[in-house]
Amino acid sequence: MIDLPAPKQDVLDRRDAVYEGLRAILPARGVITDPARLKPYETDGLSSYRQMPFAVVLPETTEQVAAVLRFCHQNGVRVVPRGAGTSLSGGALPLADAVVVGMMRMNRILEANYGDRYAVVQAGVTNLGITKAVEADGFFYAPDPSSQLACMIGGNIGMNSGGAHCLKYGVTANNVLGITLVTIEGEIVKLGGTHLDTAGYDWLGLAIGSEGQLGIATEIIVRILRAPEGTRAMLAAFRANEVAGACVDAIIGSGIIPVALEFMDRPAIHACEAFAHAGYPLDAEAMLIIEVEGSVAEQDALLGRIKEICAQFDPISLKVSQSDEESAAIWKGRKGAFGAIGRISPDYLCMDGTIPTSTLPRVLHRIGEMSAQYGLQVANIFHAGDGNLHPLIMFDANNADSMHKAEAFGADILRLCVEVGGCLTGEHGVGVEKRDLMGVQFTDTELDQQRRIKTAFDPDWLLNTAKVFPLSDTIPRAA
Amino acid sequence: MIAPDEEEGFAVAIRAAAAAREPLAIEGLGSKSGFLRPIQVADTLSTRNFSGIPLHAPKELIVTVRAGTTLAALEAKLAEAGQHLIAEPPHYGFLDARAQTVGGIVATNLSGPRRVAWGAMRDHVLGIRAVTGRGELIRSGGRVLKNVTGLDLCKLFAGSYGTLGVMTEVTLKVLPAPEATGTVLLRGLDPHDAVEALSAALGSPYSVSGAAYLPQEAAMALGFERPVTIARIEDFAESVTYRLDRLCALLHRFGIVEKLATEASRTLWRAVRDGEALPVQPADAIWRVSVQPSYGPSVLRKAQDAGMFGYLDWGGGLVFLTGPATVEAHAAVMAAARRAKGTWWLMRAPEPLRRSVDVAPPEPEALAAIRRRVVASFDPAGILNPGRLFAA
Ligand SMILES: Cc1cc2nc3c(=O)[nH]c(=O)nc-3n(C[C@H](O)[C@H](O)[C@H](O)COP(=O)(O)OP(=O)(O)OC[C@H]3O[C@@H](n4cnc5c(N)ncnc54)[C@H](O)[C@@H]3O)c2cc1C
Repeated sequence: MIDLPAPKQDVLDRRDAVYEGLRAILPARGVITDPARLKPYETDGLSSYRQMPFAVVLPETTEQVAAVLRFCHQNGVRVVPRGAGTSLSGGALPLADAVVVGMMRMNRILEANYGDRYAVVQAGVTNLGITKAVEADGFFYAPDPSSQLACMIGGNIGMNSGGAHCLKYGVTANNVLGITLVTIEGEIVKLGGTHLDTAGYDWLGLAIGSEGQLGIATEIIVRILRAPEGTRAMLAAFRANEVAGACVDAIIGSGIIPVALEFMDRPAIHACEAFAHAGYPLDAEAMLIIEVEGSVAEQDALLGRIKEICAQFDPISLKVSQSDEESAAIWKGRKGAFGAIGRISPDYLCMDGTIPTSTLPRVLHRIGEMSAQYGLQVANIFHAGDGNLHPLIMFDANNADSMHKAEAFGADILRLCVEVGGCLTGEHGVGVEKRDLMGVQFTDTELDQQRRIKTAFDPDWLLNTAKVFPLSDTIPRAA
Repeated sequence: MIAPDEEEGFAVAIRAAAAAREPLAIEGLGSKSGFLRPIQVADTLSTRNFSGIPLHAPKELIVTVRAGTTLAALEAKLAEAGQHLIAEPPHYGFLDARAQTVGGIVATNLSGPRRVAWGAMRDHVLGIRAVTGRGELIRSGGRVLKNVTGLDLCKLFAGSYGTLGVMTEVTLKVLPAPEATGTVLLRGLDPHDAVEALSAALGSPYSVSGAAYLPQEAAMALGFERPVTIARIEDFAESVTYRLDRLCALLHRFGIVEKLATEASRTLWRAVRDGEALPVQPADAIWRVSVQPSYGPSVLRKAQDAGMFGYLDWGGGLVFLTGPATVEAHAAVMAAARRAKGTWWLMRAPEPLRRSVDVAPPEPEALAAIRRRVVASFDPAGILNPGRLFAA
């Protein structure tokens, strides 16, 4: 278990008074203090870390969020913002002295404007919920994390989440026009709006991906896009990682940017095939799933070009889907990857570094060596177009040694990502998981500057304490 | 003027200025020194001698550029590899210098017509190196397309007009330039119908990458006789052909739809991008108003009523205006933008006007207080372009 800061004794000592204060702000159903009902909040998607919260509150309006934060600020109480709790980096992990502010009751879609192509939604609306609300009119919300059925747009704002289709459409930050942010002082500020560019500083850009360090987003204005006429996938399998990597380069070099370009290595192919029976080639070392959009004729033309390129790399198999059903089958294995790994290993860690795509063969080779060294299996899934690598490290959380090794293996992979020119996290966020590795990517000077910005928003460091920044530095620093 | 040719030179100059509490004007080639609020400074620190392109990895869709590199030089380099800048930054004809730097384009977050579909300059800044007002070198982001490690200072620096630090190097996402482009054109619409037509085009599945409306004067400046409404497709040749046909069918109800092929289309959009449709006089002011697209026509009409000229880009969402540099004209723009729930910049104007009015909407006090603390955290002595964006 990771180190968490010592709880503030004075807050624990005032437990009843704090609970009473929260109950004065929120309806009774919105304040949870009973241990049995706190239990579901003790962890998030990084479930090997657990910590019972001090309290959970479930506000229903922006004003309630503001009142809760003002109260916590005045009383020196720490706050952990929470969406659906699917964070894979422990971003929503509670603290023993912190009030978890759960956003799930703010789950309404307030407006959808097709003429001006935006929707206004509350932070607790799920990612998929937005698309579901506008798809009858032919629109969609582009960023599509694999957790989209559960994760909430507020959590997506927290992490600046991506998805399989962000090669073309961009990540959360590129698809959000505005947010209503509540500061720890209980001020309600609107950043951005229903327009594209905003005059003045880009607070919106700063807030997205700030992992709950700067405030809580309660309302979000997202861009919605008209769905393409259709999409179609193809599958290409190769004899070596290097060859598949070179094929990716050749596709992009030809001027084609597919909407999705996913890479799976041998262990990932095997695990997914055993789980989903998607018809993946088991003799391949590496496999690509490539998706294009447009009319049927356009899909044919693009897939034709891509197929020609793939053919130059001596593929083991090339399969162009002929129907929506076949496309779905090709995606089925990839989309079920986490479940597939979950079936062959009691636990797994999903890493999330990004690397320059040209270094893929070298990085996969090194990960293979480390896997042998640590004696832990790893399967690699890779957003090949944008360099975001997801090694899934398999281990047993009931075995302390295995868990310790998995963490060390993961940290080594992330160091490698930085060493080859990449970064610690492409879309899952730093959270608690990677906070102590921040020094691998940033100098103290750089971290100090980020901390000063945090202090400008949250002078007492009450918001999501012990995340993002190395633990030793979570005490407030002078601005 | 101090114009270092090494990164360390920026740190030395800034540390000296901070110690002496002597403000610096931060600029590239000074092409936008007439934008926003005027500043009182002891000296100028320019990136103009710090240029070059240390890294272009076309297959990784990235380019790393020293801040003083000219936009034209970068575009030429990308073109050699068949690539382009996604946000299509403008080369305005009314700038104070003919060339502009890449650092300046990022620092002002200026984007062209493609912004409506593919994002602004700030959306494609993957990494920066900058020297802050403390004289410290910091990096944010990196050279990879996906990166959420730490706070995103790339976006904060984009559009900060040199008030937080001097960017010495930026890494940008780039894309293959389209094989072909084409435009559909409707003549004679009023602004309201025009924006409705553009919304239909942008709300179609055909990936429209430019959507503008030129009212009478603006259209005439570009050689048309009547107002024109234009929507662009950029893609592979066969897709452009197909999609233009589909748009013609879709927009048929607004009138006769004409098509422009690749070359004519490129020339027209370059003019739209560069503000050539605006009859700018040296003594005039220029405003940009950003609103939700359907409010563009009302802002345009109010501005026209107050004696201004303008046109609409970004499907109606960007109102580009020029007119007399008077407090009254400025008040009319602010009022129209406010009523449209939008935002605005007094981009360029003679100094007296820029000195006496807000050049961007004042922030609510809670945000202004945070802004002062954040700016001070980068530049405690207040020496980098002080007051360029906000007076206090
Ligand atoms: C099976 C699975 C697949 C996944 N696939 C992807 C993927 O493809 N791409 C991807 O990017 N991620 C993926 N994730 C990670 C995760 O789903 C995302 O990080 C998601 O955005 C988290 O949303 P959430 O609502 O669960 O937020 P939480 O986990 O509750 O919180 C995430 C962070 O945001 C903060 N936060 C939450 N709400 C707010 C708010 N309203 N205001 C301010 N801060 C807030 C929290 O404090 C925390 O730091 C996956 C996770 C799982 C379990």
